[in-house]
Amino acid sequence: MRIFPTRLLVVLTLLLGINYLAWRWLESLNWDAWWIAVPLVAAETYSLIDVGLFGLTVWKKKERTAPPAPADATVDVFITTYNEPPEMVLETALAAKTIRHPHSTWILDDGGREEVRELARQHGLGYLTRGPDWADRPRHAKAGNLNNALMETQGEFLLILDADQIPDPAILEKTLGYFNNRRVALVQTPQYFANVPDDDPLGSQAPLFYGPIQQGKDGWNAAFFCGSNAVLRREALMQLGLAGYVKEIEQGVTRALKASRTALRRARRSPEAADPLVAGLLDDVESATERARAELRAGVSLSEVTYRVRRTVDGAVQSLVGADFLSLEADLADIAALEQGTEPALPSGGELDGAIERMSHRDLSPLAALASVQAVLDALSIERSAEAQPIMPMATISVTEDMATSMGMHAMGWQSVYHHEILATGLAPEDLSTMLTQRLRWAQGTIQVLLRENPLVRRGLGLAQRLMYFATMWSYLSGFAAVVYFAAPVIYLTLGVLPVTGISSEFFLRFVPFMVVNQLLFAVTGRGIPTWRGQQYSLALFPTWIRACTTAARNVWFGRPLGFAVTPKTRQESGPRWDLIRPQLIVMALLAAALMVGVVRLAAGLNEPIGTLVNVAWVAFDLLVLSVLIKAVKYKGFTPEKRSVDAVQH
Amino acid sequence: MRFSTEQKDSYTEVSGTGRLNMVAAPKLREVVGEVVSAGNKRIVLNMLATDFIDSSGLGALIGCLKMARQAGGDLRIACVQPQVKMVLELTSMNRVLTPHATAEGAFSND
Repeated sequence: MRIFPTRLLVVLTLLLGINYLAWRWLESLNWDAWWIAVPLVAAETYSLIDVGLFGLTVWKKKERTAPPAPADATVDVFITTYNEPPEMVLETALAAKTIRHPHSTWILDDGGREEVRELARQHGLGYLTRGPDWADRPRHAKAGNLNNALMETQGEFLLILDADQIPDPAILEKTLGYFNNRRVALVQTPQYFANVPDDDPLGSQAPLFYGPIQQGKDGWNAAFFCGSNAVLRREALMQLGLAGYVKEIEQGVTRALKASRTALRRARRSPEAADPLVAGLLDDVESATERARAELRAGVSLSEVTYRVRRTVDGAVQSLVGADFLSLEADLADIAALEQGTEPALPSGGELDGAIERMSHRDLSPLAALASVQAVLDALSIERSAEAQPIMPMATISVTEDMATSMGMHAMGWQSVYHHEILATGLAPEDLSTMLTQRLRWAQGTIQVLLRENPLVRRGLGLAQRLMYFATMWSYLSGFAAVVYFAAPVIYLTLGVLPVTGISSEFFLRFVPFMVVNQLLFAVTGRGIPTWRGQQYSLALFPTWIRACTTAARNVWFGRPLGFAVTPKTRQESGPRWDLIRPQLIVMALLAAALMVGVVRLAAGLNEPIGTLVNVAWVAFDLLVLSVLIKAVKYKGFTPEKRSVDAVQH
Repeated sequence: MRFSTEQKDSYTEVSGTGRLNMVAAPKLREVVGEVVSAGNKRIVLNMLATDFIDSSGLGALIGCLKMARQAGGDLRIACVQPQVKMVLELTSMNRVLTPHATAEGAFSND
């Protein structure tokens, strides 16, 4: 068992980390230079929390062997595509057809391309695309594509594959067995890319994530869905969709009741309302809506609350019509203008939202007001017509629907599994521009989930599960820390301003042991795994990470668009794009200049030798981290070697 | 799954025996559809002998509620068993359809 040395190193890293950081906060802060001292100690605290979360993750690393698959499990294989070349989609679909466990293969073509439909027909593959219900409604990208397909198919389980992920024929045999446990909703397998050279200049492979990290999360029952190469239980998804539906309906009814009250108050100002009978009826209905709002807050069921209001309104309408007090004709015209409000054909789509909107802004006659209350309440109590389909199993709150979906399933008490074996092989971006777009999208999606459904306060999740989801989100905040880690040595070398009160032997005594065990922890948990690329990119892509945080925050809080783009699966042609890494090039130039200035200042006796040494080493480390980008910009795409060709073609 | 329909004083009772799953869901819609088109608007689904429900079954309940509401009536559920109750709570469907203890009591406050 390798778990003991790992745990020992986790404990040691945390103890030494706290020992160092406590000293940093309490005794070594240079308050005279607070403008760099405080950001630096904050960045260091960020990093220690990151390491702590990593330690917690690998603490429970779980290695599994798959139980035998149940022979009678019914499976739909979904291949999701939007704009990938038809040949690529077909290759994946044909490979999916050869998966051994009985299944149906479907191409989910969100591009609705005739060519793809025809290819599917020729090869006897299922073809699904959005129906007319989706016209003029939110499409929700890949999540919407999958949700549409879920309504058209029936398999007990779904295997989800991106258009470039060629599955192994054994993928279902090796994963379905886990579902013998009735509470398991998800089995995720690694994402691995065939078109990546050994030195992986773009950091495409994620061996630490699809390895110790997912295995560790699995140990805490928090392995999460990564969008492709995963099998899901339909029942779990549908239940998640139903829960989402109820939540939407509840919000809709609450809104409709509020709008109804406004409409009734306006109606009371109309000339007809001078009549005591009419005024009395309006009072009755208004107090019924008030009572309904109170009941909703008290937890009475939505359908019964709306039913009672509806009956009161019905009664009032009948009295009005029966009493013949009003100029019925004018009213009927009014009602006709409100779409076919009271007919069983309910207002649909954006129309319903519009109806609520108009209802509270127009001056309606009492009868028309009542009729509109009738219609809107009725529709809202059972429909969710702003969306193409009432049940949206795949989460639509984020551009990375996968993480949000598995978090929802975990919160409902479902379990997940990470199966550590490559069972599908995909294609990674081959140029920096595409790679940056993809990383930005992942980061934006993750931050959206953090801001919309913060796992730390999500009901239904266990403490460890909350921390596991939070750990991944936390790691995407690294861009802010990176800026400080680049700035601090530049500031010392050029200005002589030190964020610590002095580089004493105490600094080395506290810092070095922490750094050493920390690196040991990475070496032991990442045994045989190249982890340096990942470390480089988590700092080197700081502009991407920061942009992801700011755009996601603007999107969630102010409803601004993300500037979202689908990741192209084929290489974008152009020369080296130095412009894409301009901020990093500037940082590199500053670091290099700081080295020279530092040496001059040392010679002039302005800077300390020890301080200079530490900061020169720090700059060297920063430059080493950033150097990966030079390689990345110059990378001309993948030239297959023999070995890799085999890997691509299986 | 077997369904039976019985006309009571102030409502129509539909009882289902067995598992309300993907197979039974369309049948339930059909039965309730007939009840509604016969002019009965107040329906109670007695689930005393329904020992299992899945998401398709819940989908059918929503569909039936919709039919009843469009006809100007309502659908209530009564006598749910532990598994059904659990799934209703898990999906918060109990916020839409509250289970009543008895079929007679389902419309008692309306």
